[in-house]
Amino acid sequence: MSLQALTYVVVGLSFALYIGIAVWSRAHTTGDFYIAGKGVSPLANGMATAADWMSAASFISMAGLIAFLGYDGSVYLMGWTGGYVLLALLLAPYLRKFGKFTVPEFIAERYYSKTARIVAVICLIFISFTYVAGQMRGVGIVFSRFLEVEIATGLLIGMGVVLVYAVLGGMKGITYTQVAQYCVLIFAYTVPAVFIAIQITGNPVPQLAFGGEIAGTSTGLLDKLDDIVAALGFNQYTSGSKSRIDVFCITMALMVGTAGLPHVIVRFFTVPRVRDARMSAGWALLFIAVLYTTAPAVGSMARYNLVNTVQTGEIGAIDGNLAYDERPRWMHTWEATGLLSFTDKNGDGRIQYYNDANPAFADRAAAFGWAGNELAVDRDIMVLANPEIARLPNWVIALVAAGGIAAALSTAAGLLLVISAAVSHDLIKGIFVPGITEKKELLAGRVAATCAVLVAGYLGLNPPGWVAQVVAFAFGLAAASLFPVILLGIFWKGANKEGAIAGMLTGLLFTYGYIEYYKGLFLQWAGSPWGNNVPEQWILGISPEGIGVVGMCLNLAVMVIVSRMTAAPPVRIQRMVDDIRIPRHTGEPG
Amino acid sequence: MSSNNRLAYWRANLRLVAACLVVWFTCSYGFGVLLVDELNQVRIGGFQLGFWFAQQGSIYIFVALIFFYAWRMNRMDQQFDVHED
Repeated sequence: MSLQALTYVVVGLSFALYIGIAVWSRAHTTGDFYIAGKGVSPLANGMATAADWMSAASFISMAGLIAFLGYDGSVYLMGWTGGYVLLALLLAPYLRKFGKFTVPEFIAERYYSKTARIVAVICLIFISFTYVAGQMRGVGIVFSRFLEVEIATGLLIGMGVVLVYAVLGGMKGITYTQVAQYCVLIFAYTVPAVFIAIQITGNPVPQLAFGGEIAGTSTGLLDKLDDIVAALGFNQYTSGSKSRIDVFCITMALMVGTAGLPHVIVRFFTVPRVRDARMSAGWALLFIAVLYTTAPAVGSMARYNLVNTVQTGEIGAIDGNLAYDERPRWMHTWEATGLLSFTDKNGDGRIQYYNDANPAFADRAAAFGWAGNELAVDRDIMVLANPEIARLPNWVIALVAAGGIAAALSTAAGLLLVISAAVSHDLIKGIFVPGITEKKELLAGRVAATCAVLVAGYLGLNPPGWVAQVVAFAFGLAAASLFPVILLGIFWKGANKEGAIAGMLTGLLFTYGYIEYYKGLFLQWAGSPWGNNVPEQWILGISPEGIGVVGMCLNLAVMVIVSRMTAAPPVRIQRMVDDIRIPRHTGEPG
Repeated sequence: MSSNNRLAYWRANLRLVAACLVVWFTCSYGFGVLLVDELNQVRIGGFQLGFWFAQQGSIYIFVALIFFYAWRMNRMDQQFDVHED
């Protein structure tokens, strides 16, 4: 069977599985639709959370990003896992005890305020759409590469599948689909990683191969990598180029942002008990860690493979570089997608890959007769091309395609559900039509989910500038707006309505303003952002990706000051806080 | 349940959370970011220790930390008689 036919079969089977699960577990009540009837086991919820969390970016882009960033890539590894510690210790058990449907609903009741609810819904919708547009784009890219259809067609197919199971199954359908998607994506990620680890180091465990020796030599993989990339003018792989404070702030913004993402938080509403919520966070991170500890190993091996393929002999020797006519087959395949390209700048018919932006290396390059870096590699192809680079059989390539789609669809579905719940439960039932019947609310939820899919599809097809800024925008806003109000809502009884609204708005506006100024999300000055996005211009040397931490601190500070200057929250709210701190249901008014 | 018992339970919880967060901070921001250059002088296997903490070790510790917290808290719920069911 040809690769393309095989890919169609594998991807088709995975779709049939997802839709079958959705039909089997369709939602009958709003409880099913929003939080899967609180009946999900902690283990299954952990798996679903892992699939929900690991997006197209985690599956497709992260290892490639780390391959090119080296040590600086650690911000993503620590940032996107450490947030689960904050979730498990500070938020999940208490929100589960609160026991309602959505994150804005908690904020509304804890801060006895419809205004606070609306501000929270606005934050949630911005965060979630930024995120979901990237997922739809990811689905389109995987389809276009592996099934050779237009990106737009791929996107439509993806939208159709999500529509069926998110609208029909609600949270219940999504949860069990995500369990299946986790299995598909983790298998698809680890199989090629194991084979590549064996080929390079002889050790089948990628996490160990990462620190192992290159097969047949006594040189460590990382040492060898440090040497060769440094000899080509790049930064050493194991040391970074970002400033210490920036690494610190980006990591912190990603961690706190993770803990503040509504589609992640809401997963902990679906388990039966408080103690299940705690355990479930552990399972979730364990399942996530399988991919997140493999990714840096894949990244280092992919970089080693790439450099080694191009630099076949001594650096600077005339025949030290790969002749373009002799390039391996996977390079041909990826050139066709435009994600890999070669320009023969010095006209020698050989590929030179080095850091031409490093002035200290320019003289040496000139002495070698090199006229600039000739190979452009999109970081997204590193994971997708891995099975081809390692010459693995076609079924592995088909599996990687299904895995990439599973990662994107599972995250998209989770996001679409929190958007639809925010519209049908928080806006329609919570604010505009409080007397709505359950049946009508369920219908409203399904209509909202459908609209959200359409908007997400449109944004995926015509991505505006801000969609590309997921890391800065979605995580920065979650860290600066939602996380602090939920945290103080649980841990400080004195936090009141005025404080929460002032704090959220401060965090939101400051963070948005800073990112807007340097990145130009919506507003631009003569076609470019207002600010010059270079380290010398940043406040305290903190990049827009890390500024969410400052936004969070401002939010906390404003909330404490305003709460102290205004009336304390009513006694019933203070009792409610007492109640959510205790796992047992006491029957006291909450 | 008495409000004294509630207060004692909450204080014990806060102590446990604080202790876990100290470990969380130390192994990621401490070993992986602030002290990375110093720790890179030490090697385990083919890894420089600081780099290992930043790309592997901190993640393993996060997982262990959550399970540890869940196990201690679930036991503490019983001790203070505030557990569910």
